[in-house]
Amino acid sequence: MSKIFVTGLGAVSPAGWNVTALIAALEKGEPLPTQPVARPGWEKTLQARLVPPPATRLEFLAHPRLRRSSPITHYAAAAALEALAGLRAHPAAKNLRLGVIACLQSGCVQYSCRFYDETLKNPATASPLIFPETVHAAPTSHVVALLENVALAYTLVGDPSIFLQGITLGAQWLEENRVDACLVFGAEETNWIIADACWHLDRRAIVTAGAGAVCLCRDPKLSIGVELAAITDTHPYSARQNQAQAAQAMRDQLGKISAGELLCDGTGSSPRADAAEHAAWSDWRDARISPKRILGEGMMAAAAWQCAAACAALAGKKFAVANVSLVGSNQQAIGARFARADFDLSAAALTGNIQP
Amino acid sequence: MLFPLKPLPVVPPRVVITGAGVVTALGLGWKLNAEGFRAGRRAFRPVTLFDVSRQRVKIAAEVDLPKKFPATQLNHRQLARLDRAGKMLLLAALEAWQQAGWAAADNLPLVLGTTAGGMTLGEAYYRQAINQPQHHRGQATRAIQYQAQVQARMVFDALGFSGPTTIISNACASGGNAIGHAFDLIHSGQAERVVAGGYDALGELVFSGFDSLQALSPTICRPFDARRDGLALGEGAAIMNLETLDSARRRGAEILGEVIGYGTSIDQHHLTQPHPQGSTTLTVMKQACANARVTPEEIDYINAHGTGTVLNDSSEACAISEWAGPRAATLPVSSTKASIGHLLGGAGAVEAVVSLMTLREQWLPPEIEFETPDPACKFPIVQKPQDARVNVVLSNSFGFGGVNASLIFRRWA
Repeated sequence: MSKIFVTGLGAVSPAGWNVTALIAALEKGEPLPTQPVARPGWEKTLQARLVPPPATRLEFLAHPRLRRSSPITHYAAAAALEALAGLRAHPAAKNLRLGVIACLQSGCVQYSCRFYDETLKNPATASPLIFPETVHAAPTSHVVALLENVALAYTLVGDPSIFLQGITLGAQWLEENRVDACLVFGAEETNWIIADACWHLDRRAIVTAGAGAVCLCRDPKLSIGVELAAITDTHPYSARQNQAQAAQAMRDQLGKISAGELLCDGTGSSPRADAAEHAAWSDWRDARISPKRILGEGMMAAAAWQCAAACAALAGKKFAVANVSLVGSNQQAIGARFARADFDLSAAALTGNIQP
Repeated sequence: MLFPLKPLPVVPPRVVITGAGVVTALGLGWKLNAEGFRAGRRAFRPVTLFDVSRQRVKIAAEVDLPKKFPATQLNHRQLARLDRAGKMLLLAALEAWQQAGWAAADNLPLVLGTTAGGMTLGEAYYRQAINQPQHHRGQATRAIQYQAQVQARMVFDALGFSGPTTIISNACASGGNAIGHAFDLIHSGQAERVVAGGYDALGELVFSGFDSLQALSPTICRPFDARRDGLALGEGAAIMNLETLDSARRRGAEILGEVIGYGTSIDQHHLTQPHPQGSTTLTVMKQACANARVTPEEIDYINAHGTGTVLNDSSEACAISEWAGPRAATLPVSSTKASIGHLLGGAGAVEAVVSLMTLREQWLPPEIEFETPDPACKFPIVQKPQDARVNVVLSNSFGFGGVNASLIFRRWA
């Protein structure tokens, strides 16, 4: 069993178009300002945190495949390129076979709404240019075309917890030597219907958009000094296990191995939606980052931001071990532990069920 | 723990199929579908599920769902929330589960392929939000139930198991990728048993999308025919219960067939158009063969992706012809989309079950409307119902976005 290292991180969020902006916003600790989102038939607007326009025109938009692509592809592409920048510059990384795993919850909602609206008005004039962009696999396909050397690609859908299943799948592809590096990204875009749907489920939800990316490899020389240490089982919600029980099972399995660890959790500003996760981590006294409190409900993008923030904290040597808690909205709970590559996990093992 | 991964087995376990369930417009279950595919029956009719009066094409292969749903562990409330796609998924899963004789279990992986999930609920949400914005009834439920992972949870609750759910949405390759991923999980020692398959229901947005692309045939869907003019849409689901040979033998289970190879890659040529020479198709067919340790000479039948569009079929024909070499001249190929239409995320899974039928029952599914082969076809298309000796079958699935998948199945005798 090989070790799996993190070789790069990427993020696009309401804080800006890179990981630096994401971390700066999280360190500042203040919820970002919101913008109004109008919804048809309502005078009162909903609130969202939108991704600001990039400071300069994104160079990759010149790629012919990305001409008509939607914001979710732009976010995913930017996060992917940032996560791969170090790897691509490394002389040892020439001609690497790359895997790409895209994780989405809502996916391409902007063009889906637009195309369906056109269909309802008059299907004879619904745009054939838009329809292909409504498919979940479209952002993956565009990112793959942009990166060129991709050998294998999957698009996974589910609640945000599947981002860590995406990481697991990437580790599996690496272990089986099917790829040399694997990019896992989570991305979402938003519009009035997403804001409306979240409002129906939680009146306090503030939706947001963006992407996060984590690139994995087996070669420690290509690492940013961060190692994947553990991913718990999935703890699915079912008739026999509710969300709170699943979250607790994840927490129990993840345990804790040393003092001074970081927890990067998925709680936001909704007491109801966050109750299960709060309860599971109620005994946590060490450092904690909660990206959704600052950025909003970014669904799969938020899960990716959690992982990126955890890994960035390790790469910056602020912590030796960082835990990621993903208590999904309607599928399962799952947790992960990342560690600094120079940290001796076996010597530090104190508690929990982790087998170093 | 999902990670660290379980060590790769020194000798990868053989992966066998002990349950299969299928729902298409030909009928509910193995028997009706086997009869229909064997005869090359065509299941198209005017669309009744939504208004197509302003669409260019007005037919599809609709499934007749049962008026009374078979008993499962779902309560009335859960049943009432199931949309059309969820019902088809559950019917297929129930048939496969009962056939396999599996008992309730935790930590049993479920791998599904779908492109749309509960899209019809999403469409209903949109229409209500636009037409009756102040009317909230049902919207929260639709917002939850349209998500594919919630449909997967219904399978858990109906059949009494749970475990990691992986939902692959590689467009029309999804179902093939789901079976292939399940094969990978078992072959690599990560799981002993997996429930896997694919599903999709007809919906207005997707129908309109293919119609807008003028990808739908205004006449008859005739894959690989020189006069082909497009695909026909269908709907359905298929599920396979896969397990290690050891597990099946321990249980004394009836083995329906074996999955022996899987290949997948991504075509970077275009979002909706395959590489004209089928370069990625060639790659995945070679991968699957290498994985299965078989040569084209050992393949007895190919269940092609064969959508009936000009570009797909010429690309796939080029790839098959090159991959098969001299074997192509006698290698029977057909696309069962001629009978049931293109099931999108369900296609690869349904075609996997059709492949299994050919192995179990020793016949080949014909395309009865096929007349004139495309010049790129160096292989014979099965045109008439026929019995045949079938020991190894290859099934292709390709999707928008470029993901290609090939699966290879072997007869269990």
